[in-house]
Order: sequence, then structure tokens, then C-alpha cells
Amino acid sequence: MLPESRSKTMASQAMKIAALVSVGQHPLSRRERRADQDARAVELALSLSPELPSLIHVGSARNESLRAYLGMGLNNLKVLNADQDVDAVPALASYLGEQALDIVLTGVRAECGEGSGLLPYAVADQLGWPIVPRIVSVVSIAGGYAEVWQALPRGQRRALRVPLPFVASVDPAAEPARQSAFGPAQRGSIDSRPCAAEPDQARANWQQHPAKPRPKRLAVAKGGTAAERMKAATAKPQGQGGQVITEGTDREKAEAILARLVAEGVVR
Amino acid sequence: MLTDWLLPILLFGALALMLIGATRRVLAWRAGRNEPVAVVAGLMAMPRRYLVDLHHVVQRDRFIANTHVATAGGFVAALALALLVHGFGVDSSILNGLILLSAAGMFVGACCIAWRRRNPPGRLSRGPWMRLPKSLLVFSTSLFLITLMTADWFPAGLVGWVFSGLLLIGLALGLAEMLVGMGWGGPMKHAFAGALHLAFHRRPQRFGGGRSTGLKPLNLTDSTLGVAKPTDFAWNQLLGFDACVQCGRCEAVCPAFAAGQPLNPKKLIQDMVVGLSGGTDAGYHGSAYPGKPVGEAKGNPGQVIVDGLVSAETLWSCTTCRACVEECPMMIEHVDAIVDMRRFLTQERGETPGAGVQVLDNLIATDNPGGLDPARRFDWAADLELPLIADVGKADVLFWISDGAFDQRSQRILRAFVAVMRAANVDFAVLGNDECDSGDVARRLGDDATFQRLARHNIEVLGRYEFNRIVTTDPHAFHVLANEYGDFGGHYRVQHHSMFINELMEQGQLNLQPKALGRVTYHDPCYLGRYNGEYESPRSVLSTLGIEVQEMTRSGYRSRCCGGGGGAPITDIPGEYRIADMRVDDARAVEAETIAVACQQCTAMLEGVVEPRPQIKDLAELVSEALVTEARA
Ligand code: SF4
Ligand code: SF4
Repeated sequence: MLPESRSKTMASQAMKIAALVSVGQHPLSRRERRADQDARAVELALSLSPELPSLIHVGSARNESLRAYLGMGLNNLKVLNADQDVDAVPALASYLGEQALDIVLTGVRAECGEGSGLLPYAVADQLGWPIVPRIVSVVSIAGGYAEVWQALPRGQRRALRVPLPFVASVDPAAEPARQSAFGPAQRGSIDSRPCAAEPDQARANWQQHPAKPRPKRLAVAKGGTAAERMKAATAKPQGQGGQVITEGTDREKAEAILARLVAEGVVR
Repeated sequence: MLTDWLLPILLFGALALMLIGATRRVLAWRAGRNEPVAVVAGLMAMPRRYLVDLHHVVQRDRFIANTHVATAGGFVAALALALLVHGFGVDSSILNGLILLSAAGMFVGACCIAWRRRNPPGRLSRGPWMRLPKSLLVFSTSLFLITLMTADWFPAGLVGWVFSGLLLIGLALGLAEMLVGMGWGGPMKHAFAGALHLAFHRRPQRFGGGRSTGLKPLNLTDSTLGVAKPTDFAWNQLLGFDACVQCGRCEAVCPAFAAGQPLNPKKLIQDMVVGLSGGTDAGYHGSAYPGKPVGEAKGNPGQVIVDGLVSAETLWSCTTCRACVEECPMMIEHVDAIVDMRRFLTQERGETPGAGVQVLDNLIATDNPGGLDPARRFDWAADLELPLIADVGKADVLFWISDGAFDQRSQRILRAFVAVMRAANVDFAVLGNDECDSGDVARRLGDDATFQRLARHNIEVLGRYEFNRIVTTDPHAFHVLANEYGDFGGHYRVQHHSMFINELMEQGQLNLQPKALGRVTYHDPCYLGRYNGEYESPRSVLSTLGIEVQEMTRSGYRSRCCGGGGGAPITDIPGEYRIADMRVDDARAVEAETIAVACQQCTAMLEGVVEPRPQIKDLAELVSEALVTEARA
């Protein structure tokens, strides 16, 4: 019942794509939900292939908040049944290794639990596949290679060519996830299968307590007018490699900007 | 004579054709979802509903009401008598005389209709509807003359083959319009569908002076949630669409239509007719959806409506103000239909437009539309020391705060109302952080799952405590608590603060010193007025404050919406004007310096209009400003 995907970069042949999804947590209400970055990974997966991607979760199949992923128009979610305290990496790697996949997408980091952001690296490592962190889109897939765009700070993008199969984490700058519709979410099926997961020994020995936001020392600007203090307090840190041009004609300034854009590859 | 054998054939032939067409129509309605109705009781109640309830609405246009009585009454009587006399050959000069009388009455009515249609207002449809008065004239004239002829009351010399032939052709044309057209979708369809619609109306509570405005709960396990195809409507909704007479009264009052948004309630109903019978909208001869051409929409009973028949924008433009429903002489329920189709868009397609997705996600995650920390809902009253009902256990009044708790402007209204209650020593308490959004917006954005979850939560919380009534400053919460929670087991005595303050005033509980305010007008909120019939309390509060309300042209049951209902500011479908601007223009037209409102949503919408404009004040604020504050002992 869902509309055609909003893809611009649909691969010509069907790709086998999997998205790893976790149970997220709303930052204010602490309520379980679909994790925002993982949902973006699903969104990207939906746009890449006419075939529906597979969704994979390690945990409990009884968690209803997983249904929000199904509400994006998927029929099925596979849960590798495991307790809270297991290490998801070996379970995922052994399952993914059996699936003949082309691309595995995940969020950058989970919204709760360990949230270290290491999982995509560890999974790729065990599979022996390349990992591309923080991609925003897949531009093309051809001849066993994918061209992807990676997000860099301040809206910059880097084009990368990656051999299939690979693991990629999806940056929050990627296309937001589509709305999750209640009907398909309820009707989709969640299949669980056992998995040989070991308890995470390292984590078992950790002590956990809620994070406290640490106060940040402000560089207080003393003296001057109120306007100057305001400016000092709100000024952005100076970036490197930039250049402030105040002299010269409009034409010279425009040319400097253009040269910069060409150098950055924005204008060709 | 020619007439002797041809007349019965014509009459019975037309009747038979009508019955065939009518049967097809009935089958088309029955393709809709099953919905049980009280068949016998409905049919028995129909005449009363027609003569009393419907007449109430029609009577708002006196000319057309009287015209309709003459034409329709004349037609029904003439046809019944003609069947006796010409069909079954009963020979009676009394009957003949009555036919002449009825036909004459019908003729006079038809003349008035023709007169009205010389230069019809834009809200009326043309096309076949322009033909109807002519058909009525031809039918009544032919029947009149034929009756004269067969009764031998005609100067014999005048009757010839040609003349009687012409009359018979006239009668045949008239019968084709009146009877065949009735069954086969001509303008006269309204008589047959309209009568059955009255009998099998989905909201029988609306008759006999009652009201029924709450949306119907969605069964969340349905195989399709909401209405995708015309056959997903309940069968009596389909029947209702067919009753439309294209009078355009709904169009004339629709704020979205006036603002140039792509919605016209009349066209919407006609598109539903296209959907249930199959075809295109090329035969529609009324005003279009603003900005959209006519003739390109296609539909049939099994086709998804938003894929080619009605665009989603049209459905999202509606503010659910119910002005159309209030005005419709055929008692058609536009809002139900619109929300039914929105439910499909949101719950099956995941296509809520604009900020709607964000708002729904927020409601799901935080129980408030802004996605704010639910643990801070009660922060607005940190300095007020309001009694929490969880602490006191019971109270006379449970003050329902609503999401205004998170909005600074609304908080001023809430604080003002607290001051009024304190001045009157009201025994009240609040839920604090245990209160959640009422679910109003989620429901009107088509997310009935979220509405039902919120409703159940709130009902569960309310069930823990003892109180006599709920009072709220938010008409939307008022409506939902009073009219929509009942389906989930929440039955309460709910009052809007205007009703409550009015009671306090009548009991002399408030010590007031009214201030001069200049010219004041009052804007009726849709969810207080049309949804709950409360027009008097706010006005009486204002008059106790010594204010003489300068009524706007559109006030009371005809009040123009502020544009804030139904999630319309969230989905934000573009138009040519903003509805709120048009409402403030209404107030400017009566030179108001203050617009008194009774809803925080109206406040937000009207205050969003650029200055200079009248100032906007909630009733609670006006009352609290007039309170005489005694020095605290
Ligand atoms: S829906 Fe009702 S008000 Fe609107 S045109 Fe039809 S009959 Fe008239
Ligand atoms: S409810 Fe109001 S906005 Fe919606 S169609 Fe009716 S008149 Fe128009």
C-alpha cells in the first residue's frame, strides 16, 4: 500500500540489501521507538533496490517498537533472538555472512545501550568487508562497485568508490525516514530465529550509571559594549583554510568565491 | 383516443424504468461496508425527519423552502393522483380536479425556481440543474392540459391529434426527468436518495433537536484502515452522498474554499458520487476546487480515491469546522468522509503532509504535539501551587489543562482562569504531569491509533479519581472528552470554561468591576459552537461584564472558522488567503477593537494576523481583568 520509493538512484538490477535496526529511545521521554539513524538507513535501503531490503535486529522479537520499521512499507523483520547482555557482533556477522548480501546499512550509533558506534566496524571486520562510515547517499551501483557520498563536517561531501559487498553507516544528514504507517506496521511479520550469541564478557564487568551533562566552561569576554560581548559569546570558531575578503571589487570577490567552489568540486 | 392507451403505458413505463435504475443505485450503495441500521424505525421516522428536522435547515432560505413545498408537494400529489386516474382508469371528477390543483401548485413552484435560476449565484450547479425547472414546467403544464382533455373539460374543437400528441411528448419528457432521472442519476435522484438517507442516516441522534458530532472510532484491526476506495465507506455514507442537491450552501460557508485552498465540499461530495457510480467529473457543472480544473478526475467503486479522483491536498485543506455539515439541507456528513479518507492516507500510506508527521511522531513519543519533555508539562504552574488531584484525591472540578500548558500565550489564559476559580473559591484540582494530549489533533490528522491510545490513557488516569465535572479552556479537549471518549468507556460531565464562568456569575460568586473595552465582538469557536451547541454562555458572560457584543455577519452557528482546527495549520495547504485574515476582516467590518475568543487555538490563529488589528482576548482573561481583588487577609 506504500507509494513508490522516492529513489533517485535505483540500481538497474535488484540488489540484496540489509539494514540493521535497533530499538531507539526518545531523548526526552525515554520511550522506546524506531532509532532515527537506523530508520534513515532503512530509508536509504528502500531507495536502492526494487526488491525490499531485509531488516535485521538482535534482541527480543516481542519488542513492539520494532514494528515502526515495518510501518515504512516492509513485510518482514528478522530477529536474531538474544538476551540483553549478549554481544550482537558475532551473531550478526555469522548471520550476514550466510545471506549473499551486497550492502549492509546501519545507523552511526545506537540511541541507548552501549552506543559506542563500533558495531558497524566490528561487523565489517568479522565479515572481512570494507566499511564506509557516515554515508548520505548511494549515487550509483555498477560493475561490482558502488559510488557513495560520505558526509563530512559543515555540509561537505566526499565521493567514494567501494567494492561490493560492504558495510556502511548512515549519517543523520541522509534523507529523513518516511512516516511509519500504523496499518502496515501491525500487519508486517516479525520472525525470530535462535542465534549462537555469547554474553558480552567485557561489558558484564562494567559499571553503568546515567550520564550527567558536564558543565562547559564559557570563554567569557570581559569589557566592551554589550553588543561586542554578545558577538564574542556567539562567534563561531574560526575555521582553517578559509579566507576573509574585505578588500576589492564585487567582481574580484565573486571570482574568489567561484575559485573556491571549483577547488571544492562543487562547481565543475 | 390516443391518450387512453398511451397514458398508462407512459406512466407505468416510466415507473418501471425508475425502479430498475433505483435498484442499480441501491446495489451500488450496498457495495459499501456493512453498517447496521434500524430499518423499520428509520422508515417510520422519515416523514417526521423530513417535515421537521430537514425543514429547520431548509427554512434558512425561506424563498426556496416555500418553493420546494409547492413544487415537491404538487409533484407527489399530482403523480399519485395521475396514477389512479390515468394509470388505473379511476374516473372521478373530484380526482381530476385535484390533479389540476396539484399540477397548478407545481407549476407555480417551478416558475419560482425558474425565476431564481435566471441569474443563479455561483454556489449553484448548472448543467442538468438548469434544465430541471424547465422540465418541471413542461411536466406540470402537460399534465394539467391532458387532465383537462381526458376529463372532457376542454372546448372540444381545440382537441386535435397534433395537440394531444404534443402534450403527450411533453408529458413523456417530464416523466423522463422526474421518474427515470430519479432512478438513473438525474437531478431528481435527490428525492429518492434523500428520503432514504433521512431514514437510514448514520447519525440518527441529529434528528429531533439532538446533536451528534463525535467522530466514529476506527477498528484498528480492519484489513484496510480508513477509506481507500468508495466501497470502503459505510453503505449509508454512500447513500448520503447521492442525496446531494448541489445547492452549494456548503461551498458558500467553507472557509478553505473562500481562502482559495483546493477544497470545495460540494465538489467533494459530487466526486464521491462519481466514485460510487464510476466515471469522470466531466458532468459536474458547479465551482471547481480552487486552482484545479474540472474534468480530469476519474473514479470507480474499486479504485483508490486519492489515486485520480480526489487529490490528497483537497482532503488536508479541511479545518473540520463543520460549517458545511451545519448548513447542508440534506444532512450530509462531509467531515466524517474527509477524516475517513485521511485515516487511509496516514495509517496505510504514511502520507500525512507538512509538519503532520512530526506532530504525530511527537504525540507517539511524548504525548504532546511539540515533542517537549512530558515531565515538564506542569512547569507552567510552578508558582501557582495548584492542588494535584493525586494528592487531594477528589475535588468538585477537575481542571483539564490541555497542551496549552506548553505554550506561553495559552498559559496566560490558563493563569487567568485559575485566578477566576480562586476568586470564586472553587474546589478544583489538576492532573499535572499525568495529563496527556487529548488526542484531538491526532484523530483529525487521521491517526486513530494514537488517538485511541491517548484516550485510553487519559480515561485510565481520570478513572483513578473522584470529581463531579471536568472544566477546560480548550474547546477541542472539551469536545473530545465530552463526545469522543464515550466510545472507549469515558463518560464525564464536561464543561467549557465559558459555561462554568457563566454559572459562577449566575450564582453571584464573582465580584466584578467591568472595565470599558470599546467595541467588542465575539468569535464562536467551531468546537464549542457547532460541535457542542454552546452559543449562549460566552455571550452571557460578556454581557455580565457589561459588554454589548457587536455580532459579526457570520456568528453563532454560521461562525467562520479561525483556520486552526483539524490540524490545518500543521498540514498547511497553501491557498490565496489565510483563513485567519479573513476572520479578522469580519471583525474589522463591525469595527471591533477587541475580539473576545474562547479557545487558545483561535487566540493563536487570530493573533497571528499582522497588526494593526483588534486585540484578541480570551473570556477568562476578560473576566479575570474585571475581578475586584480584595486585599488578602
Ligand atoms: S453537500 Fe449539502 S449543502 Fe453541499 S451542495 Fe450538496 S446538498 Fe447542498
Ligand atoms: S468542515 Fe469546514 S473546512 Fe471542512 S469542508 Fe466543511 S466547511 Fe470546509
